[in-house]
Amino acid sequence: MAEPLKVEPILSVRDLRTHFFASEGVVRAVDGTSFDLEPGRTLGIVGESGCGKSVTARSILRIVDQPGRIVGGEILLRQAGGQVVDLVTLPVDGKAMRSIRGGEIGLVFQEPMSSLSAYHTIGNQLIEAIRLHSGLSKQAARARAIELLALVGIPRPDQRVDSYSFELSGGLRQRVMVALALAAEPRILIADEPTTALDVTTQAQILELLRRLQQERGLAVILITHDMGVIAEMADDVVVMYLGHEVEKGPVDTIFHAPSHPYTRALLRSIPNVLAKPRERLATIAGSIPHPYARPPGCPFHPRCPEAMPGVCDKGFPEETQIADRHAVACFLYGRETA
Amino acid sequence: MLSYLLRRLGLAAITIWAITLVTFVIIQLPPGDFVDAYVAQASAMGTAISAEEAHALRLLYGLDQPLWVQYVKWLGLVAHGEFGQSFEYGRPVSEVIGDRIWLTVALSLGSILVTWGLALPIGIYSAVRQYSFGDYLFTFIGFVGLAVPSFLLALIIMYVGFRYFGMNVGGLFSSEQALAPWSWAKLWDLMGHLPLPILVLSLPGIAQLVRIMRANLLDELRKPYVVTARARGLAERRVILKYPVRAALNPFASTIGYLLPFTVSGSIIVSVVLSLPTVGPLLLRSLISQDMLLGSTIILLLGILTVIGTLLSDFLLMWIDPRIRHGQH
Ligand SMILES: Nc1ncnc2c1ncn2[C@@H]1O[C@H](COP(=O)(O)OP(=O)(O)O)[C@@H](O)[C@H]1O
Ligand code: SF4
Ligand SMILES: [Mg+2]
Repeated sequence: MAEPLKVEPILSVRDLRTHFFASEGVVRAVDGTSFDLEPGRTLGIVGESGCGKSVTARSILRIVDQPGRIVGGEILLRQAGGQVVDLVTLPVDGKAMRSIRGGEIGLVFQEPMSSLSAYHTIGNQLIEAIRLHSGLSKQAARARAIELLALVGIPRPDQRVDSYSFELSGGLRQRVMVALALAAEPRILIADEPTTALDVTTQAQILELLRRLQQERGLAVILITHDMGVIAEMADDVVVMYLGHEVEKGPVDTIFHAPSHPYTRALLRSIPNVLAKPRERLATIAGSIPHPYARPPGCPFHPRCPEAMPGVCDKGFPEETQIADRHAVACFLYGRETA
Repeated sequence: MLSYLLRRLGLAAITIWAITLVTFVIIQLPPGDFVDAYVAQASAMGTAISAEEAHALRLLYGLDQPLWVQYVKWLGLVAHGEFGQSFEYGRPVSEVIGDRIWLTVALSLGSILVTWGLALPIGIYSAVRQYSFGDYLFTFIGFVGLAVPSFLLALIIMYVGFRYFGMNVGGLFSSEQALAPWSWAKLWDLMGHLPLPILVLSLPGIAQLVRIMRANLLDELRKPYVVTARARGLAERRVILKYPVRAALNPFASTIGYLLPFTVSGSIIVSVVLSLPTVGPLLLRSLISQDMLLGSTIILLLGILTVIGTLLSDFLLMWIDPRIRHGQH
């Protein structure tokens, strides 16, 4: 089967740089990331914790915490009418940005336990989100809230709408979070480790829900995870991140069958069943993630890379190279131009 | 829910009874009794009181009877809404206390409202604009407010008011109205005199609550539900006021429990300095002269205020925190 025709991406992140200016120094949490999200597809962003996945998601919504700041790059959103806006240029608390937050881009967050207010009913928060972006009456919004709860698979939604989050299990809470993210019928859904805090069965259910919603509504989804298993199950395209840089990107088949960056290969070796032989000890990635204030010079992965080339990898920064159609890698093993 | 309310009310009643007992015992603790204090005072002023006279006084006030008999008699009176005779003033205790209890309550409630009204916005501002100039300024003023004793503050304000504005800032009434019967003019006069003492009485509470509010809100602001509220497209002001501020409100509700009695007992010295006609100075006086029934009654009233305050703050907490309402945690 031929690769799908090149479609216009709905969201294009170009050389995004988000740094945190703490008194101890500068953390370059995201430092030159680029990727495209195509309509109706799921883009998986994968990497060890601390590599800048959540900061990327927050940058897109312009909700990076102090002392963080987007210091460079573009976030191009293609709106329903076809016009393209650069979210980086919009005022943070302005009307335009607020209508995009939740309105065009929904966010499901990592921690279902603390992502809902314990002081307000689920209905209160849902109705607020619905009315914010639609102007429905209170009754209509309540009816819509109940519909949404049913849509995300919450039993007895007409009663649950008046519950508080602490009366629900983690799985149900995460379903409520999905309902909240969909309240204004966004075209893009960002799910930041939506299943990390859940048990295995619930994880599978939430992923199934996301997949169903994506197909039914033609959502474009950015799925953030540290779990290659989740990527294999859900993603169409993959971006592998390491220390604020994307090191490899391509369609999911390519990433799993022809992983090219040493870091991607290490990630794949560290999950069961993929490249491991039976009874082999599960590989772990050698070394640990460098301290955020002390990032290595040269290729950020070189202190842990089994294929590092002394004199090359610790000197220059490997630019991203297109090694096949839709497959790019940032590694000196594939082309030697340096920045 | 109803059973919870009944249980709380029952507990409150038991607490109040326990307060009467403890009060009565504590008031007896200093050596001697009212007559001893009276004799000592009289001889200090040059009048001698004979042993027979002293004995007659003891018989008159029932001080010759065992403590528990005195207690039961007093309890009987209290049960009928009377509080007995003040030894020192020779008049019924209820008459001696008179309006003072209502003025005390007015002053306390005023102080609580002012405390909340100022501490809430300042606390929110200090947390949301952490490390801004305004935050540092309020922090500085707050520490001064905590460190400077209220009576000193009262003296300074009195001095400034008198020296530079020619105001007589003592008392709660101007001299024409102090003894007049209640009227609109007297009420208006009271309103004019309340702000200064209320400010002096509120300052330590404000300083404390601002610190608590700031710390709580800073904690809450970092929680994921704030991020998700923002991510839904709510305006920043609404995000903060609806979600984290709500979560940081609990200490405000808890404060009435202790602010109510604090503004009474903590205000004794301030009341003396500002010559406020509250029960504070009266309590001090009755303890010195061992005027038992007066002292016991005032402490009982303070105890009742405390219990009411605690009840109120429990109900407020239940109202603002659904987890308490639904019996979680
Ligand atoms: N509020 C913050 N202040 C300072 N540094 C931060 C803050 N938030 C994130 N970072 C830093 O940004 C980096 C990336 O974090 P994050 O995007 O949360 O990683 P993850 O890939 O696990 O989602 C980390 O090194 C973290 O230390
Ligand atoms: S550039 Fe060098 S150190 Fe970096 S991943 Fe490639 S081989 Fe390893
Ligand atoms: Mg994360």
